[in-house]
Amino acid sequence: MDSLVLRTATRYLLPLMLLFSIFVLLRGHNAPGGGFVGGLVAASAYALYAIAYDVQRTRQIMPVSPRRLTGVGLLLAVTSGLIGLAAGDPFMTAQRDTRELPVVGKLGTPLLFDIGVYLTVIGVTLTIIFALAEEE
Amino acid sequence: MNLLLVLPILIPFLTAVTALLAWHNRLLQRRINVAGASLHFAVALGLLASVSRDGIQVTQIGNWPAPFGITLVADLFSAIMVTMTGLMGLTVAVYSLGTIDARRESFGYYALLHTLLMGVSGAFLTGDMFNLYVWFEVMLIASFVLMALGGAKEQLEGALKYVTINLVSSALFLTSVGVLYSVTGTLNMADLARRVSSGTIDPGLTTVLAMMFLVTFGIKAALFPLFFWLPASYHTPPIAITALFSGLLTKVGVYALVRVFTLIFVHDVAFTHSLLMVIAGLTMVTGVLGAVAQMEMRRLLSFHIISQIGYLLMGLALFTELALAGTIFFMVHVIIAKSALFLVSGLVRRVAGSYHLKELGGLYRSNTGLATLFFVPAMALAGIPPLSGFWAKLTLVRAGLEIEDYAIVAVSLAVSILTLFSMTKIWAEVFWKDRSESSDPPKPLSPFQRHSLLIPAVWLAALTVLIGVGAEPILDLAMDAAAQLHDPSAYIRAVLGGGAV
Repeated sequence: MDSLVLRTATRYLLPLMLLFSIFVLLRGHNAPGGGFVGGLVAASAYALYAIAYDVQRTRQIMPVSPRRLTGVGLLLAVTSGLIGLAAGDPFMTAQRDTRELPVVGKLGTPLLFDIGVYLTVIGVTLTIIFALAEEE
Repeated sequence: MNLLLVLPILIPFLTAVTALLAWHNRLLQRRINVAGASLHFAVALGLLASVSRDGIQVTQIGNWPAPFGITLVADLFSAIMVTMTGLMGLTVAVYSLGTIDARRESFGYYALLHTLLMGVSGAFLTGDMFNLYVWFEVMLIASFVLMALGGAKEQLEGALKYVTINLVSSALFLTSVGVLYSVTGTLNMADLARRVSSGTIDPGLTTVLAMMFLVTFGIKAALFPLFFWLPASYHTPPIAITALFSGLLTKVGVYALVRVFTLIFVHDVAFTHSLLMVIAGLTMVTGVLGAVAQMEMRRLLSFHIISQIGYLLMGLALFTELALAGTIFFMVHVIIAKSALFLVSGLVRRVAGSYHLKELGGLYRSNTGLATLFFVPAMALAGIPPLSGFWAKLTLVRAGLEIEDYAIVAVSLAVSILTLFSMTKIWAEVFWKDRSESSDPPKPLSPFQRHSLLIPAVWLAALTVLIGVGAEPILDLAMDAAAQLHDPSAYIRAVLGGGAV
């Protein structure tokens, strides 16, 4: 799409949307939000960029390819489960720090799992969107 | 040791993820594939050893106690099935190296293969109805892509039928799980068994639920009259995938049927299991009759899958300890024999260039080894002693005679003869008759293909002989597994803790 308004707006919107996606990610677990929604927000930021410019440029501005994001996300998610196993509890048992931080809450494996989901969702969504957009 | 319960799921997962990360490196993916599949088989054997030594193993994922959290549980039956998954996974992983083309490989074939294995292992290990649904979906989504991967026209046609019917079945599954939860208030299988047997739930309603699950799993297991999707789709993907699907996917459906109809829905055996008996008979007969008309090897063998499912169901329907042992033994036998036949038909295709019986011929003269390789699992499937199928069928027939259900015994024996006839037909057409003048002479295999294709096929064929000759220990194992299924109190106690029963 060739629209100056959209292009200019997108350049300001992209970082804002990414920041917001991280906020949604961190806020999740006990409040509405979480890795899945956060991942969708982040993916939509790049999707918007792909609409305003094109897929090739979007791939260039992304630090990691969507496929790699998917793989790394899945690895992080499974690692969060393995930490519980290493601590001698059943697989996926939550291991947390006792201190409470603002917005984030307690640091621990549930957050790691959510980050894994976040990356996986971005990766999968963008793989699909890019594949569809490049087909035209 | 609860680690062994998680590993059969974790290892294929990690294999799939590393294969995904190595997307552009095909050679590395092939290595990861073989390493992952070997490791999977090894931990599956470890699980089997541990369960047969120490009894039923349970782990509560995330340390949430049953019945609220997700339980992974392995009794002997589950452990045997996971071992078969590992065996088939390894066999197909090696066979794929020589048959799957570079294009499919570079589009994530190995990642999908191991995702499928993860789904199948998960379905065998879970002790929760909703979680079972999730594993079914993991397995199905991987199988959808494997079936369509490559995008040949007939493949897409087959995949369309396969996906459509499976989506219908999944929707029904989810609905049934929802209704089950609203009626009983739990989805943990052991807890379900306890609540249904406590008599507080209207037995009529329970029967309705049982029928919903029968249709759901019946579609996945390809029971009469819900089997039509199987021969319409199984012959379309590459032969390694067909072999894996034939070995594992319908068997997951049968596993689920056995699980729910021994653990949960045993309130009205006179009705439910009599119905299962009728379906078992009809499945056997229609499957084998469908095969008679087929002239394409893969389609012919696909119809035989259905027929063999009938035998598996027969043991469940007879519902004695011996009969259940028969089902388990038969399961082990049929997974190996059937997949071996598919692998051999792939070899025939590679050597002689076709799957069509009319176009083939004379392979006995040119490839005697290949002919033997076909002959062994084919005779095992027909139930000729001393191969694996003989003992499997003998156990089922004995169980049938014991409770004087002569009708199903007669049907099963008649179907055996028809199976033999069917196998003889392939034998006569592919190996015995003279080769038509017009067709090309057989092509020799390259050294690498020889290893990658022959080793899995020989290995499976040798296993059918081994199981046949050394049937005793496997039958003992099946008897122990059947005892656990027939009296689920140990299972319930293991999941819910002492004093639950």
